[in-house]
Amino acid sequence: MPTITYRDALNQALREEMQRDETVFLMGEEVGLYQGAYKVSRGLLEEFGAQRVVDTPIAELGFAGIGVGAAMGGLRPVIEFMTWNFAVLALDQIVNSAAKMLYMSGGQIPMPIVFRGPNGAALQLSSQHSQAWESWLAHIPGLKVVAPATPADAKGLLKSAIRDNNPVLVLEGEMLYNNKGEVPEGEILIPIGQAEVKRPGTDVTLICHSKTVSVALKAADQLAGQNVSAEVVDLRSLRPLDEPALLGSVAKTHRAVVVEEGWPHCGVGAQIVDIIQREAFDQLDAPVLRVTQADVPMPYNKQLERLAKPSPEKVVSAARRVLYLD
Amino acid sequence: MATKVVMEALSPTMEEGRLVKWAKAVGDAVKTGDTLAEVETDKAVMELVARADGQLLQQAVAEGATVPVGDIVAYIGAPGEKVAAQPAATAAAPTPPKPSPTPAAVPAVPAPAPAPAAVSAAVAVADATRVVKASPLAKRIAKEKGVDLQLLQGSGPGGRVIMRDLAAAPARPVVAAAPATAVSVAVSSGAAYEDVPLTQIRKTIAKRLAASLGPVPHFFLTSDVDMERAAEAREALNQQQGDAGKISFNDIIVKGVALALVKHRACNAWWQDDHIRYWNEVHVGMAVAVEDGLITPVIRNADRKPLSAIGAEARALAQRARDRRLKPEEYTGATFSVSNLGMFDIDEFTAVINPPEAGIVAVGAIVPKPVVQDGQLTVRRRLRLTMSCDHRVIDGATGAAFMKTLKQMLENPLAMLL
Repeated sequence: MPTITYRDALNQALREEMQRDETVFLMGEEVGLYQGAYKVSRGLLEEFGAQRVVDTPIAELGFAGIGVGAAMGGLRPVIEFMTWNFAVLALDQIVNSAAKMLYMSGGQIPMPIVFRGPNGAALQLSSQHSQAWESWLAHIPGLKVVAPATPADAKGLLKSAIRDNNPVLVLEGEMLYNNKGEVPEGEILIPIGQAEVKRPGTDVTLICHSKTVSVALKAADQLAGQNVSAEVVDLRSLRPLDEPALLGSVAKTHRAVVVEEGWPHCGVGAQIVDIIQREAFDQLDAPVLRVTQADVPMPYNKQLERLAKPSPEKVVSAARRVLYLD
Repeated sequence: MATKVVMEALSPTMEEGRLVKWAKAVGDAVKTGDTLAEVETDKAVMELVARADGQLLQQAVAEGATVPVGDIVAYIGAPGEKVAAQPAATAAAPTPPKPSPTPAAVPAVPAPAPAPAAVSAAVAVADATRVVKASPLAKRIAKEKGVDLQLLQGSGPGGRVIMRDLAAAPARPVVAAAPATAVSVAVSSGAAYEDVPLTQIRKTIAKRLAASLGPVPHFFLTSDVDMERAAEAREALNQQQGDAGKISFNDIIVKGVALALVKHRACNAWWQDDHIRYWNEVHVGMAVAVEDGLITPVIRNADRKPLSAIGAEARALAQRARDRRLKPEEYTGATFSVSNLGMFDIDEFTAVINPPEAGIVAVGAIVPKPVVQDGQLTVRRRLRLTMSCDHRVIDGATGAAFMKTLKQMLENPLAMLL
């Protein structure tokens, strides 16, 4: 099985879908001539031409709106945001147009559009450019939200997103683009709404997505050295959420820690804790704990930034607490 | 900012306290743990201690005043610090007790440091009417295995029973095995007690008897006990002991009661309204008359203590009881009680049960009496014991069997060695 980067896995997904369906097109800042701010669209302009790989001005609300209109007209746009921090400017189109079109047209106008780009913190991009938006986005009925952690998941989920007739938001990661992983050759489609157990275990469930999957896996390694068997469940999709997978794991381990990049207040983890306490109350041997970004704007200072982010050490500490080891 | 000093709940049932005497004057330096004042609770005179360092800025209550638990009695702060506006010292007039029905656990904690006295009080209360904290999973497993969570000591935070605490717990059928069999088993090691759910007949007995004779339906069993051999044994022991702690008849009786309870766990029990708690430990309460009432200090694990230890402990507890210096943990948690009016030349009497205990033995005076022995009229030292039983817990034959064992032990003290 070939080992490729997350960036190239996305590139493969775009290329394969654009080859398969000529209504698929890519639009965004620097996606064409510059081949993508993070080189995800490398080679696409050359292969598909300027009509299907469209460079835009720095005008997120405008090109998001053009995308919504194109989807209404029967095309399958993929809108790239240089980062989700900039997509905040386009939220009106995402939330008020894309998410609601099918509903408000009485089911007449489907909205097969993908909005994608890197989400969350990278390194020293400071408060305005280090934000994890998934709790905002997954909040909205009418949207689907996926957050792949590995190259294979990135490819399989982006392909499914492009084929979905609903607006799908794909949350990537600047720190993920260079990660390498095995990606099966040929067609892979990962259904939206399916979590995956990235590491089986018996004592505690670590629930994570996107960049926190590697945090949780490192924590699981450390815990193994302390005779604790941690199960790492990668949500992959935040809306819809794979509730059976979560509940199944908690039924096995009886304890859970949710790890996310976002802030704690009203975060994704709050929703997961709600599901677990409601649906698996009798399975719990300890309150579910959360590891999140510190409840502050992301500091620019390197050491403070490190301290503000979720870390394997914080996850290990939370896991030990739900196991009553500390 | 000045730290408020409030009236603390210094006994499990304390709702208000009378400030007997200030131990620190305004302006005195105080350290955490220093005694600020002596407070008379409903049970004893206790020390109210400082929970902060600094200077006693103000006494908000005059000596002799009665103050509800939770009310401010003083302020501690930096020298010269101003205390926020507050009412002047309360006059030494009785304050009506607060209507609050929950005295011990609720009062606002005044200072950052935890309050040891209040904590021990809360623990004593918790012992009697403990809300079991358990994880949802532990509750489910306990239900499936038929384990009573009350029996377990939780190892989680705040004593929460968690899954691992159930791993070692003995299972028992959910549908109560006939309590009679469980009850007849002698006291064993392991859990401190076992809670047995009420059967229908037991519930009916409880309801009917309680309706007929007040909240605790008493009945009484009297036994005439020959104390000749106990008296001889006591004299011999005391000769050997010399002045180093004489053994009293009461000590022998306490020991005998404790050992008889080991053989009759059915009498070593608490009525708990919806279940009966059969104790595997024997803690004998010993009624002591004090100036204005009565208090029952507890000799813990009396079945396992030598006579000399029981004697020494009984004397120390009685003295502290008369001085009103007993700590709450010293007068709570008895599983059975003994009341002795022999020194007042009372031949026999009936004692009132101290709930939730299910029984109490009333001890009369030891007096020489004419008795027929082997067909001959002789004079022997005799003692009349009367056991009061809570009929909701103890039936006639059950109590009688206990009394028979007790009588045998006292009439033949060597039996206590068995």
